[in-house]
Amino acid sequence: MSHHIVELKDITYTYPDQTEALRGLSVRITHGESVAIVGANGSGKTTLLSHLIGVLFPNSGSINIGGYPVTKKTLPHVRRAVGMVFQNSDDQLFMPTVYDDVAFGPLNLGLPPEEVDARVTAALTTVGALHLKDRTPYRLSGGQKRSVAIAAVLAMDPCILVMDEPTAGLDPLSRRQLINLLKTFEHTKIIATHDLDLVVDLCARTVVLSQGTIIADGPTLDIFSNEELLAKAHLEKPFRMQGCPICHPQR
Amino acid sequence: MLKIEANWIDLRYLDALSNQNTFIHRLNPCVKLLATLSFILAVTSFSKYEITGLFPFFLFPFVLLSLGNLPTAPMLKRLLIVAPFVLFIGIFNPLFDHTPVLKLGSVVISGGWISFFSITIRLCLTITAALILVATTGIDAIGSALLRIGVPKIIVIQLLFMYRYLHVLAEEFIRTVTAYSLRSFAGEGVQFRAWGSLLGQLLIRSIDRANRIYQSMLCRGFDGEVRLRRTSTLTSTDIGFLACWLVFFLLVRCFNVPELLGKLLVGVN
Repeated sequence: MSHHIVELKDITYTYPDQTEALRGLSVRITHGESVAIVGANGSGKTTLLSHLIGVLFPNSGSINIGGYPVTKKTLPHVRRAVGMVFQNSDDQLFMPTVYDDVAFGPLNLGLPPEEVDARVTAALTTVGALHLKDRTPYRLSGGQKRSVAIAAVLAMDPCILVMDEPTAGLDPLSRRQLINLLKTFEHTKIIATHDLDLVVDLCARTVVLSQGTIIADGPTLDIFSNEELLAKAHLEKPFRMQGCPICHPQR
Repeated sequence: MLKIEANWIDLRYLDALSNQNTFIHRLNPCVKLLATLSFILAVTSFSKYEITGLFPFFLFPFVLLSLGNLPTAPMLKRLLIVAPFVLFIGIFNPLFDHTPVLKLGSVVISGGWISFFSITIRLCLTITAALILVATTGIDAIGSALLRIGVPKIIVIQLLFMYRYLHVLAEEFIRTVTAYSLRSFAGEGVQFRAWGSLLGQLLIRSIDRANRIYQSMLCRGFDGEVRLRRTSTLTSTDIGFLACWLVFFLLVRCFNVPELLGKLLVGVN
């Protein structure tokens, strides 16, 4: 299944207020890969993700997703292939009930009602949130909201999952459950995050952004062992790769 | 806790009430909506000096409150929240309308006071009915009922979105006001000068949020059409419920029952 390649070639993007967000960024992600996008605040992570779902279009360079160049014309194909989980679940859960929200995408695809129902049930079961289906989204806890937001994306049956800070604002248990859930997915995963321990768990490959360009791209463990690089990107070794401060207090 | 925050948590209470399973809650949302609308229509169609004719209408909220297992005190409390508005709508009537209508002993009661009381009673009745509708039906069911009786989809969607994000917006507002009050030592409330930037911030953040929501809708294939699922069946109980109330409203609208009863009791024609 080589047709779900994500390829960005020499992308530049400048916001209308003249902030240069991306400068000559190129990356190629193949089918089934799990890639982390890490970097300082304002390094261009969210801007990069916005390009993958056709919310922003580059000033120059080209983006190709699943064989389609991302243009206004191909947006329906692109958005069907790419499922985006937003940083703030409240932005994503806008329908009156959880069921309606998860059904929103499949209904827009024009699927028959039985198929929609089957997809909603399957997606909610996958994330373990079927019991919430008649609840109103704003009454859910942060972890539940995130699960439902992921179910809403899964119901569209995307090939590529794009996530912006999936673990932000979750308590440790919800975070762990989310990581375990994501481990079971065989989609191509592109995750922008500051949670480097999550990266160690989920992503074999890491792309480090700094000031709108890629300063490193390689196997996660190699990148996280390079302290000079991490410092340059305003990052720190994942806690798991640091010595235990209690066993070795001399750090 | 801020007062507005307390009120806010209070508002969510209506949603909790709508999750019950009573006779009233099980009724078809369309039927409840139509009954409430005709109730409001009947109550507001009286002449401006009518008071006694309105009394039989109290039966409708009373029956729904008891059959719907709704607590009376919290519902009345919500009525008190809108009380100031009620007062302002009718407050000038006694000033402008001095037509003597009634004489109680040596006190002459002007038409203004009568119409003021009439307005107050009507607003109490209609607002209670609307609150009961939300507390027994839930906003999403009301949305689908509105669609079914032919309200344009765009209005229904607006209503649902507004209700959905009212909570988010209120929470944001509460956070902002809390942050303000934590750093202001001058006293109670937000200063006049600060309101501008405070509300401006809120507006900008709302616009940003609206953009993000729109993006997330686009990502899930939004094409200008929101498809709501509608699953509700119309049973004979529903039709009976609606028919009974319609007949009752028609009767008490056309005949002044308290007056008739009074005449019957004192035996005057």
